[in-house]
Amino acid sequence: MTGILKHAYKLLVNDKAKFSALLIGITFAVFLMMFVTSMFSGVLMHASSTILNIGAPLWVMDPAVETVSNSVGMPDYVLDAVRSMQGVKYAVPLYSGGALVKLPDGNYQSVTVIGLDDTSLYGRPELLAGKIQDIYAENGFIVVKDAEFSKLENPHLGSTFELNDYRGVIVGVARVQTSGLYGLPTLYTTYERAIQYIPNPRYTISYVLVEPKSANDIPLIKKQVEALGYRARTKEEFMQRTADFFVYQTGGGTNMLIMMLISFIVGLSLSGQTFYTFILESLERFGALKAIGEKSRDLVAMILFQATFTAFTGFGLGIGMCVLSVVLAKARLPSYAAMITFSNLSVSFGMVVVIAAVSSYVAVRRVLKIEPFDIFRG
Amino acid sequence: MPKTAIQASGLVKWFGEGEAKTMALREVSMEAQFGEMVYVVGPSGSGKTTLLSVITGILKPNAGKVMLEGTDIWGLDSDQLADFRLGKIGFVFQDYHLFPRLTTAENAAIPLILRRKPWDEAVQEAEKYLDVVGLKSRAELPPVKLSGGEQQRVAIARAIASQPDILIMDEPTASLDGDTGVAILSFVQKNVLNKDRCIVVVTHDDRIYKFATRILIMEDGRLKGSEKGVA
Repeated sequence: MTGILKHAYKLLVNDKAKFSALLIGITFAVFLMMFVTSMFSGVLMHASSTILNIGAPLWVMDPAVETVSNSVGMPDYVLDAVRSMQGVKYAVPLYSGGALVKLPDGNYQSVTVIGLDDTSLYGRPELLAGKIQDIYAENGFIVVKDAEFSKLENPHLGSTFELNDYRGVIVGVARVQTSGLYGLPTLYTTYERAIQYIPNPRYTISYVLVEPKSANDIPLIKKQVEALGYRARTKEEFMQRTADFFVYQTGGGTNMLIMMLISFIVGLSLSGQTFYTFILESLERFGALKAIGEKSRDLVAMILFQATFTAFTGFGLGIGMCVLSVVLAKARLPSYAAMITFSNLSVSFGMVVVIAAVSSYVAVRRVLKIEPFDIFRG
Repeated sequence: MPKTAIQASGLVKWFGEGEAKTMALREVSMEAQFGEMVYVVGPSGSGKTTLLSVITGILKPNAGKVMLEGTDIWGLDSDQLADFRLGKIGFVFQDYHLFPRLTTAENAAIPLILRRKPWDEAVQEAEKYLDVVGLKSRAELPPVKLSGGEQQRVAIARAIASQPDILIMDEPTASLDGDTGVAILSFVQKNVLNKDRCIVVVTHDDRIYKFATRILIMEDGRLKGSEKGVA
């Protein structure tokens, strides 16, 4: 560190009260921003849990589908038509729906039921206990061991339940990449059993999962599916559509924007004001430095260094606080939907850069305006 | 034959325009030699501070020329002028302008730091100048823990740390009690003034006139006269 920057550093950190106020302002703003965006990211990821867990590269659906959990049934011919399309390696049906399970103690619990293609079991979860072929056994279901697992009274292999007056038996315990958004336990079974056990409308295929021959075939498949009156979306497009629904049609996006704005205003007003006061108090001394022979660009470098150092330290503390809060919350509430992503970090970083830039701009203007002559004049 | 440190001629400076125009300097010319302690005295508003600012390259005159050690300082660009001040001129401000969050030694080291000396080296060197002003034992204290006289001496240590040829002292006794002020100027005369240095002091305080080599009297923007000092 050069002498001038060390000078700037000492002026900043030795004024403990102001430095603390600056850090608190930025840390709190980053914490708020990170917290709200990570909550939203978590919600969006959990909302797309089925897409992630099944992992199919291409999903065929009714054009009206907005989120993966609100499928619109498609007739069987869609599956046959897709299987015969150019560029399709294979295609399988997927059932995704909700049901009410009667537990051994007589209580009822809502669950999400995923019906996998009977032939291929495409999209099957990773088993922690049991054998996958047991899913073909009579009344066989695989339960996902996630945060909602206990809602089914912690079932084990052989546990039974009732589903629409059908008997269900747990033949496997599995884990998945992401649990669902709505706090419901998840059961996997075969497609045929799912549509047999769960009362359904006329059309029962929720999605047709497609494996293209190559990635280059995806546009062609999409075109053919569109001609059929349906939509084919890649995994990423489907997740984006689900996210867009929550962002634009639930008020979630607006709320998040408001919270982000509040974080920004809090950070800017607290830190900007404190930094400005900090510079203002040293203004005469900066003037004295100018008189002694310090160049304006060196003073600007000092101020930028102080603003940057404070901003990045506050950024680190804010991130740390947010991570700690999320970890603690997840330790107590396993289904806690929060996820820190590079996008969250980038947004918060951008906010901190703007706060630092605005604060230093105002301060630099004052310092550049101070004339050494004013120091003599008193 | 003493060498000329400061040579100013025909200095004119005004502030404002039109009816608000105020003449601060009216054709002021002066000289100061190395080895001299020159006082600039006069009532408030007489132009002392303006003269000080103009001859140190801080305030540009509307007319006139300032030669410091043979250099026409107003012919330099702003960076060159800043470097010139940093290398050749030391300042002791009326209110000291010490940084309260730095130690005494760090304050004294500021001109060296501005000259791109590494921090530790600069602070170590500044301690030598604190020793000169008798404050080495206070090197690690912040200025707020020092008395007014001690703070003034830190300001002097800071001013001489870059070994300037010209030392400017603006109202050096204004914030001190009478005895301390006299002691400070006595100290400066004995320990800071030498044949290779010129000191210019702006003051109202006639109790310290006895340390002056020469006294320049200003009134209404003009140099009214010059008296030989007692020293």
